[in-house]
Amino acid sequence: MAAISDVNPFVNAPAGDSAFARITDNVSRIAEVERPPRAWYIAFACALAILSIFLGSIGWVVWNGIGVWGTTMPAAWAFPIVNFVFWIGIGHAGTLISAILFLFRQTWRTAINRFAEAMTIFAVMCAGVFPGIHIGRPWLPYYMLPIPNQMDMWPQFRSPLEWDIFAVSTYATISIVFWYMGMIPDFATFRDRATTFWRRLCYGVVAMGWRGSSRQWHRYERAYLILAALATPLVLSVHSVVSFDFATSQLPGWHTTIFPPYFVAGAIFGGFGMVVMLAVPARQFFGLKRIIQIKHLEVMNKVLIATSLLVGYSYMMEFFVAWYSGNKYEAFTFVNRAFGQYAWSYWTMIACNVLFPQLHWFKAVRTNPVATLIIGMFINVGMWFERFVIICTSLTRDFLPSSWGYFIPTKIDFMTLGGSFGLFFTLFLLFCRYLPMVAMAEVKAFHPSAHAHEPDHHVEHAGQAPVGI
Amino acid sequence: MSDSHEPQASDSGPPPLHGLLAEYRTPAELLRASKKVRDAGFSRWDTFSPFPVHGIDKAMGIKMTILPWIVLGAGLTGLATAILLQWWTNAYDYPWLVSGKPLWSIPANVPIMFELTVLFGGVTTFIAMLVLNNLPFPSHPLDHVRRFARATDDRFFLLIEAADPKFDETDTRALIDATHPIAVEGVPEDRKTSDKLPTGIIYSLVIVTVMSAVPFALAAKARYTKSRSTRVHIIQDMDSQPKYKAQRENPVFSDGRSTRLPDPETVAVGELREDDHFWRGQDHGAWVRTFPPTFRVDEAAMLRGQQRFGIYCTPCHGFGGEGNGMVAKRADELAQGTWTPPSNLTDERIRNMPVGEIFNTITNGVRNMPAYGPQIPASDRWAIILYLRALERGHAGKIADLEPAERTGL
Repeated sequence: MAAISDVNPFVNAPAGDSAFARITDNVSRIAEVERPPRAWYIAFACALAILSIFLGSIGWVVWNGIGVWGTTMPAAWAFPIVNFVFWIGIGHAGTLISAILFLFRQTWRTAINRFAEAMTIFAVMCAGVFPGIHIGRPWLPYYMLPIPNQMDMWPQFRSPLEWDIFAVSTYATISIVFWYMGMIPDFATFRDRATTFWRRLCYGVVAMGWRGSSRQWHRYERAYLILAALATPLVLSVHSVVSFDFATSQLPGWHTTIFPPYFVAGAIFGGFGMVVMLAVPARQFFGLKRIIQIKHLEVMNKVLIATSLLVGYSYMMEFFVAWYSGNKYEAFTFVNRAFGQYAWSYWTMIACNVLFPQLHWFKAVRTNPVATLIIGMFINVGMWFERFVIICTSLTRDFLPSSWGYFIPTKIDFMTLGGSFGLFFTLFLLFCRYLPMVAMAEVKAFHPSAHAHEPDHHVEHAGQAPVGI
Repeated sequence: MSDSHEPQASDSGPPPLHGLLAEYRTPAELLRASKKVRDAGFSRWDTFSPFPVHGIDKAMGIKMTILPWIVLGAGLTGLATAILLQWWTNAYDYPWLVSGKPLWSIPANVPIMFELTVLFGGVTTFIAMLVLNNLPFPSHPLDHVRRFARATDDRFFLLIEAADPKFDETDTRALIDATHPIAVEGVPEDRKTSDKLPTGIIYSLVIVTVMSAVPFALAAKARYTKSRSTRVHIIQDMDSQPKYKAQRENPVFSDGRSTRLPDPETVAVGELREDDHFWRGQDHGAWVRTFPPTFRVDEAAMLRGQQRFGIYCTPCHGFGGEGNGMVAKRADELAQGTWTPPSNLTDERIRNMPVGEIFNTITNGVRNMPAYGPQIPASDRWAIILYLRALERGHAGKIADLEPAERTGL
């Protein structure tokens, strides 16, 4: 262990005699360093410890049944579905940044898109665990898939829960394809810089013989554009479909038409909150400040203000419709949300999602990495509570007062929730260690020197080029 | 590409030229060079860059790829798959009737149509990009050119293959030199790397392929053969539980009964039934001839008895008690020869029977008449007997029994 460096090897200026070479070196050295610094090991050990809590609590749940959670009637969804919606929401930022911002030609996305995509995939993986264990018999999830089975029955395709299966699995598949395809040129860079046989072999296999031919780039760019165009409606559809799980039911507080756009806005909000939360330590720690700059944090914080206002508007509109509809159950539900037994969670949500992000109106706040990190954390807490409020207040106060109740989580509930962060951070730390954290080829393509001196074309995007190396 | 995988030493002379490689420092230089090579009419040439160079398609004369059309086809296939899948599974093969909704309606099936369109389109985009780009492409002569490693870092390269019909080593080199590259280098054919898969990998692939068919073969065998052994039951799912099943012995209790008997020498509350007269129609072992003292003989009891008689007795014995109820008539019609006809309750034998014995007959049944004790409370049984006595009296009546006024009404 003597080889562990106490000095962060990533703080030095990147090597290279051109801007492109410096970008390559700045990103590649993170994965090439023989031993990452001590802090990485500490973080990884913590993540593994939390992951083991996650696996342990899941094992306990599978062995004993879901009764070890607090999940019971009337709160039959409770923590597992809150966590599912929370994670799937976080998983929206990556593909939004990769696809929608790509179509809108927001070149600043190149600094953050790769690890936002990675975050998306890991968040979707965390999300996927929860419905799987919440079904009670986790060995039977294949009942939900349209495969011929011993019962000679098929799933019911008019159920939003079945739509969910297709939406989430399609989203996971396309996100992975998008992510992997984006990494192929960067894997080729890693392969060509490799100094050991195994690195050359492993990165060589995943790079699939990419050599940067322009004839290949032509099809690659076209494919990337098409994937972005396909993924854009997909991003919007996934959380819409998740919201259908609620909106197509009859429950007051769930049965509303505002849910799909409201959920999508919330998902983008929460996802960006997670992106800034990861970006601040990542740029600090891995010496990526030249690539992920303050101005990128600032742009993301502006997105956070916008989505925070959208979410706040949705909260107000829910109250307005509850009053305007004249439906007494709906009205009761919302008064109960704000002033009933779960008022503490409602006001936590309002504070974290609507009030704190308004601090980003001040330039001093939104250009401060520490403030960005803290507000990002608040947003994640707030978005978790949003799903808690929606699920628990409505389920415990429905039409029939005789079936009212109060959801009390158990220790296992908290272990499963907290442990899911272990899975997320374990995967994320491995990603930081072994995969290209920044899309080098894309960053280079938008660097000013990629465009200058070309007589046939005026200099595009030079003013907003993302990288100052 | 080399066809041979023998070591280079066995070949005579240096390896033939694969092509000429030129290196440039900036994308702009590469663009200018590309236009020259394009205009010189070469066809087998390519440029290499760490990122897609803006305008290189035009500079090289690259035609638009057919990829979008392939994706369109795949997307439509996904759409058709979703429509067929949902219609066939939910409306045709296993009609799923849910809350009276139509078996097949477009709006409820749109989400999955959308998802499968995107899924098929997206995955096809990726696979088609690889296939059209000839990827994976494990080995290339350029891999052995040291400087070419920077093609994925910060340098820009142009390669004209020797296989191009216009290629001539001196002329082409002159053309390239005119574009002011940093360096020009002849790329030899690769004779060291075999373009065949190593035999170890081939055998592994064959073995894996064959092995992967085994589970399917076992599943197919299980589907088309019969077996007497019980199925492998890894997860119990509460399938085998110690519980009573109808028409079976109860595994929970040693006597195999499901209904438990009361403990010996015990009586449930209110079930002592000491009064032999009322409960059994007996008095010291002899049938009683009187109604029990606790039973009130009055008109209310008579009407109650009439009603209960109508419910329980008339199906066989008939409304008049003559043994001609619907069941008896039907049995006579069937003439199966196994039928024991119900008694005529108005005949001499029953009329002289002690009420205690009649009570016992109702309670416990006789011949093929079932026991009505469990169905009819004891007081109602006495009420039925009371009504029966009235019926018998009516049958045995004579005209003289009537009052003079009533006689005229006949």
